[in-house]
Amino acid sequence: MIATVFKRELASYFSTPLAYVFIVIFLMLSAALTFFLGGWYERSQADLLPFFGFHPWLYLFLVPAIAMRLWAEERKSGTIELLLTLPITVFQAVLGKYLAAWVFIGIALALTFPMWLTVNYLGSPDNGVILAAYLGSWLMAGAFLAVGSCMSAATNNQVIAFILSVVVCFMFILAGFTLVFDVFKDWAPLPLLDAITSLSFLSHYQAISRGVLDLRDVAFFIVMILAWLLATAIVIDIKKAS
Amino acid sequence: MVKVEQLSKYFGQFKAVERLSFEVSPGEVLGFLGPNGAGKSTTMKMITGFISPTSGSVSVGGHDVGHDPVKAKALMGYLPEGAPAYADMTPAQFLRFAASIRKLGNAANARIEEVVDQLMLNDVLHKPIDTLSKGFKRRVGIAQAILHDPKVLILDEPTDGLDPMQKHEVRSLITNLAADKTVIVSTHILEEVNAVCSRAIIIANGQLVADAQPGELEAQSEYHGAVTLKLSGNVDPRADLEALPAVFRVETYPDDARRVTAIPNADTHLYADIQALAKQKQWDVEEMFAERGRLEDVFRRLVDSHSRQPTPAGGAA
Repeated sequence: MIATVFKRELASYFSTPLAYVFIVIFLMLSAALTFFLGGWYERSQADLLPFFGFHPWLYLFLVPAIAMRLWAEERKSGTIELLLTLPITVFQAVLGKYLAAWVFIGIALALTFPMWLTVNYLGSPDNGVILAAYLGSWLMAGAFLAVGSCMSAATNNQVIAFILSVVVCFMFILAGFTLVFDVFKDWAPLPLLDAITSLSFLSHYQAISRGVLDLRDVAFFIVMILAWLLATAIVIDIKKAS
Repeated sequence: MVKVEQLSKYFGQFKAVERLSFEVSPGEVLGFLGPNGAGKSTTMKMITGFISPTSGSVSVGGHDVGHDPVKAKALMGYLPEGAPAYADMTPAQFLRFAASIRKLGNAANARIEEVVDQLMLNDVLHKPIDTLSKGFKRRVGIAQAILHDPKVLILDEPTDGLDPMQKHEVRSLITNLAADKTVIVSTHILEEVNAVCSRAIIIANGQLVADAQPGELEAQSEYHGAVTLKLSGNVDPRADLEALPAVFRVETYPDDARRVTAIPNADTHLYADIQALAKQKQWDVEEMFAERGRLEDVFRRLVDSHSRQPTPAGGAA
């Protein structure tokens, strides 16, 4: 069931120019940011830190662009009625469509492999750290995507879905910033403070991308993804009635 | 096979469907009639499990759609209103997708071939659905609905937007399929009811106003047993017809001065009387036939009288 929905969805990305445009833009931006803003070449260090450092900001805009069509489009074209009257559960449909989008982003991410080749040609980096960073990056993209999936289910309008996802994802990035921390630190009780900082996508991602593959960081993203997907299924169930 | 019990759906204050109950058995083709916005599509969406009712229940083949949706949905084939389909897929891909979700396995290719033949989709099989005409899109939707040979077939306006030839084809398809299936067809084309349905339900403002065989509905018409007469020459039969005790009134036609229709009083028959009259007066009869009744007339009267009744608690007027 899930596999059937997944295959249909993934194929649909490549049947329109969407997939190719997305991949090209993703590759160009990630390279440009790494080289020009990140000064990767000038640093002359055999790692990909500047490359991975820009991923949260890249995803902040590119992932909602992929996510916004997930459910808004199904609802607009009426195919949601078709999909949800087939003998599958709402969660199976949510998961199938989500996994297709996630794998698609994974493909785009994997196509940045020339960066990895380059760094290996120029020096001898710790490839274990790079692999962990790729995994962390993909997990974080998955969390952004799950947020976007829920926002897309909540509205018929793709532009609104896009803006909502960017805002919510931005808050999850900001949660780890000292800027936000300072606002809360004087008055908020410690458990709340801990809760807010631990929600940060950024701190979990940075932990992984430094090569520290802590199970808790991985679990954070997976729980985050599942929670937002569950929310997506609930929102669809509520929204489809009207 | 399909059992609808006290089904209601409210959208806020608006009562889209109110305490609707009916049952449909295998072999029956139920025509679901009603003016636009009467709640036809909403009811079909609840039967197929797309939206959940505010109260009441639907069961399909013994499975409650609310509690056991996947099993109930597996028994049904559904053409939603407007026949939505994934625009970027071709009919071939789309049908394979449906076959895979329906778990047809090895039988998939044979079944796809069969429905493609039945709905004459061969020419467009590999063109994106996006580029197909309205008629083809609708047929792709129907193909998807009958692909798994479902026990229950639910079609929301299957002939909407089709040309007369395609309408005829879809109607004969439904009639052919109906032998062992339970079919529910919504329509606002009344001729369709006579063509395909063995039973008709009329709803207005979300409530049931009639549940009968098309013949029984026609018998409620003022025109049931009305006789239309056309004489050659310059004889005007109006006065003689009106003099008959069984005649309620006589109608004329603006486009044909020589044609008249005599409408009988309730529960009386006219044909024999008029035949005798024609013989007696030695009319040269060019045309004479009795009517079964006009569904349109019954439909309008039922819906009209229903909407004039004050609805309890107002709102859905």
